[in-house]
Amino acid sequence: MRITQGTFSFLPELTDKEIQAQIQYALNQGWSCSVEYTDDPHPRNSYWEMFGHPMFDLKDAAGIMMEVNNCRKTFPNHYVKINAFDSTRAIESIRLSFIVNRPKDEPGYKLVRQEAGGRTVRYTTVPYSADKPAGKRY
Amino acid sequence: MNDASLENVVPSELPANEEVDLATIYRESNISSLLDQLDRELVGLAPVKTRIREIAAFLLIEKARSQFGLTAGAPSLHMSFTGNPGTGKTTVALRMAEILHRLGYVRKGHLVAVTRDDLVGQYIGHTAPKTKEVLKKAMGGVLFIDEAYYLYRPENERDYGQEAIEILLQVMENQREDLVVILAGYKDRMDTFFQSNPGMSSRIAHHIDFPDYSGDELLEIAQLMLEKMQYQLSPPAEAAMREYILLRLAQPHFANARSIRNALDRARLRLANRLFSEMANGGLGKNALMTLEAADIRASRVFQEATEQQKQ
Repeated sequence: MRITQGTFSFLPELTDKEIQAQIQYALNQGWSCSVEYTDDPHPRNSYWEMFGHPMFDLKDAAGIMMEVNNCRKTFPNHYVKINAFDSTRAIESIRLSFIVNRPKDEPGYKLVRQEAGGRTVRYTTVPYSADKPAGKRY
Repeated sequence: MNDASLENVVPSELPANEEVDLATIYRESNISSLLDQLDRELVGLAPVKTRIREIAAFLLIEKARSQFGLTAGAPSLHMSFTGNPGTGKTTVALRMAEILHRLGYVRKGHLVAVTRDDLVGQYIGHTAPKTKEVLKKAMGGVLFIDEAYYLYRPENERDYGQEAIEILLQVMENQREDLVVILAGYKDRMDTFFQSNPGMSSRIAHHIDFPDYSGDELLEIAQLMLEKMQYQLSPPAEAAMREYILLRLAQPHFANARSIRNALDRARLRLANRLFSEMANGGLGKNALMTLEAADIRASRVFQEATEQQKQ
């Protein structure tokens, strides 16, 4: 199951050229980009691992592509995403975030039903990959 | 992306029997105004200007060739600027970024000027991230490394400079289309630096030597500087300036245009002081406020030392 998180996730995979163009758009808006990775694709997992520091004062997307490729080389079978942070006063938040690398095989999620009092059923999702310890999932 | 690089995604190739108009490409690049400006604002430096013209012509031809689908890969444009202090290395580097941008060789055309401190870390593992961060900032533009020979310190074998050099070399080789590296420094020390780092030397295609300025050129530079600061020399002051330059040239630690600028700054101080002391004489015209007199220049230490030497 192909997970869909972040911008462009319902589109076919972006090529490197398209990724670079998107990063360049973010930089032209004055946003700062950072690269993050994880092996826990649960949608509520908002804290991914940072790959190096966020990159400030860059003018050209090539610098961020360098870091993206570096991260892909280090974690070829992890999820990798690019975040673009807008520091404008009163926004001060991520404006664009999209996945640029994913594992070859994504097993998807298991639906768990929990019987609660009064025949209530509580639902939760667990990624199949989360059974294994962190770092050994993909 | 709103710049030209996206248009290059699908190159439309011209058939072989077509012809490209070099004049149109030349006009479209706006390069002539930039080269004229270079001629106007930079005095002397004939070998430097020739090389810049050569590079500009080469890049225009590359552009024309690419319209026929003739590709030779990105040419290596890394440069080394050698010359004495104050010969205009940084100024030319700034212009170079602009020229390369107009010619479409670099995408952004900004200049990131760094020295050893910005590249080399203080402890193990500190250097690589630091150098990479600088490189990332310079992507799409020009990285100007001033006094590059400080990167290599042979007397200390545990110096981290070597690590920075290795990362630089790797990026200079693999990401030629993303940035241009310009190394600058004094001639003799750069020569030693290149001798001990042959890899660096061979990856730099253009070694440009900045010659020292002659007395006449220095006077011209002085006048250009004054024009920019909206001052002028009275005719006797101009004669004094000429004398000053010749005397100063003979003295040690002469830093070409930089020394001239310092001399002019001091002359401006003296002018201000003189006008202040003549306060009682009444109002000042515009001319008085912008004209340096001979006395302002002749009060310089250089003249006093020269007369002292004559006495001895």
